[in-house]
Amino acid sequence: MNLAFRDVRHNLFRFILTCLGLGLLMTVVLAMMGIYNGLVSDALNIVKAPQADIWVVEADTQGPFAEASKIPNDTRDAVARLHGVAQAGSITYQTIEAPFKAAALRLYVIGYERGQLGGPQTIVQGRGLQASHFEMVADAKSGLIPGDTIVLGRDRFTVVGLVRDTMNSGGDPAVFLTLADAQVLQTQLDPSAARVQAARGAVVSGGATVAAVIAKLDQNVDPQSVANTVRQWKHLSALTQAEQEDILIKSVVDKARKQIGLFLGILLTVSAVVIALIIYTMTMEKLKQIATLKLIGAPDRTIIGLIVQQSLALGAVGLMLGLALIMAVKDFFPRRVLLEPVNALVLTGIILVVCVLASGLGVRAALKVDPATALGG
Amino acid sequence: MDRRVIVDIKGVAKHYGDGETRVDALRNLDLQVHAGEVVALLGPSGSGKTTLLNIIGCIIDPSEGQVSLDGELVYDNRWLRGDLRRLRLDKIGFIFQAHNLIPFLNAVDNVALVLQLAGKTTAQAQTRAMELLDYLEVGPRARAMPALLSGGEAQRVAIARALANSPRIILADEPTAALDSKRAGIVMDLLRKLAAEQDACIIAVTHDEKIMDRFDRLFHLRDGRLEE
Repeated sequence: MNLAFRDVRHNLFRFILTCLGLGLLMTVVLAMMGIYNGLVSDALNIVKAPQADIWVVEADTQGPFAEASKIPNDTRDAVARLHGVAQAGSITYQTIEAPFKAAALRLYVIGYERGQLGGPQTIVQGRGLQASHFEMVADAKSGLIPGDTIVLGRDRFTVVGLVRDTMNSGGDPAVFLTLADAQVLQTQLDPSAARVQAARGAVVSGGATVAAVIAKLDQNVDPQSVANTVRQWKHLSALTQAEQEDILIKSVVDKARKQIGLFLGILLTVSAVVIALIIYTMTMEKLKQIATLKLIGAPDRTIIGLIVQQSLALGAVGLMLGLALIMAVKDFFPRRVLLEPVNALVLTGIILVVCVLASGLGVRAALKVDPATALGG
Repeated sequence: MDRRVIVDIKGVAKHYGDGETRVDALRNLDLQVHAGEVVALLGPSGSGKTTLLNIIGCIIDPSEGQVSLDGELVYDNRWLRGDLRRLRLDKIGFIFQAHNLIPFLNAVDNVALVLQLAGKTTAQAQTRAMELLDYLEVGPRARAMPALLSGGEAQRVAIARALANSPRIILADEPTAALDSKRAGIVMDLLRKLAAEQDACIIAVTHDEKIMDRFDRLFHLRDGRLEE
């Protein structure tokens, strides 16, 4: 006879309500895990998307994501001629705000050379850029759809295609423009003093620049050796793809990652305290029954089983409700919530441990109950 | 009738605290209860009735003395049995003032639980539990939850639970306090009948004047001492 199951069945409504409360808490925990994964994944997606082996950036900088990087436009030609380089492409990045449907749309603009590295990988709707100017491919999360037009700087662009899961570490959806358009946009968005100087015909130092040149290497070519070659040019620096990803994780998303990690830790602690309180309260309500069970000869393992099994059932149902809820609502979050099976497994393990530890308080109270209290003496 | 001594208490004392704060709940107390006997423990509140019941039920330790249950010396200035819960399960049945049925188990499962704790299979426990409920004329209410049973029905289920493992000692704490005089009489007659049939002894703590004629012997506790 399973006493835990019988007790749950007898107080089913209360049990379900308690599980629902716990499920909501689990939803928040899972959302935090998903946001954390999404943050890292989004940040890496931008770096991984061009499928580059080498990032050539301004000397003494850590590349276009961690710091501002400006290198001459013609760097691509120099890089493309290096031994072992199969393909190279110039690329620019900038974050802008543009009015769209009476709201300000924050976009991460990626400029690339058509036919070279750095463009969108998989178009999920519409097509890629075909015209030299005023076309864009946008991330679906931006809310833009093919056929929409939007003013960036002083020009109106038409959305011709959509991609998915392409955004910067801040969660701003990406849009792809031709390099030429992106460079014009950069100039238009220069500080006003620079624009005034340009208007009166003053020589603007540096001419057109790009943020980085990305390169794909031939098979069996060591990226580090090509990077070392690039570093010999004093005005340039080079990072391998692995170094670029490492910089992004460590310097760009590290604080946000720690913040979310800390919040996750607090949430799990709160969950543990809530589970412990629920189990403790449930046990305290049953003290007379536990005293009776002891008096009629029930061994400690029967009483411990009653409490621990209920605690585990509470955790398991709460976790399942939490999983169901987060799967139902994750697409409504402003940031990407990326949940993987390993997250559910890790949380299951944590909840299992928390439930067993939390039931310890209840078990302790139950084992201290004097069977004489059942007799009222 | 087997007139064997079932409960044999010699020189039992129980005191709480020491020195000036010492309270003697029981003093040098002797009691023998035979098989088939139904005895009452009477006395004012605080006289030590429940303490004595707890000592016979192996729930609290006497301060000194000897306790023998069903021919086995179980306490001689210390407990001689390691597992007192098993001793209670095998030899002692408890009937409470407020029946103390487990609220999340139905009537038959309340009885079957004790049998399963003693090692019976689910099927054996259910069969025996149903026999007892039928015997006590609450069989038709076997599937009812305790909250849906009347006071008399609940008390008969509690009696069935106390009798489930055929104990030789039944300890009852105010077994009729929650019943009207008619039902109290029925319950006491039932206990007398069961004691006779199972060669068990029944020791009941009671204040209930209307059932005094149902006991074989009445013991009065005054200032921790027992008088018959």
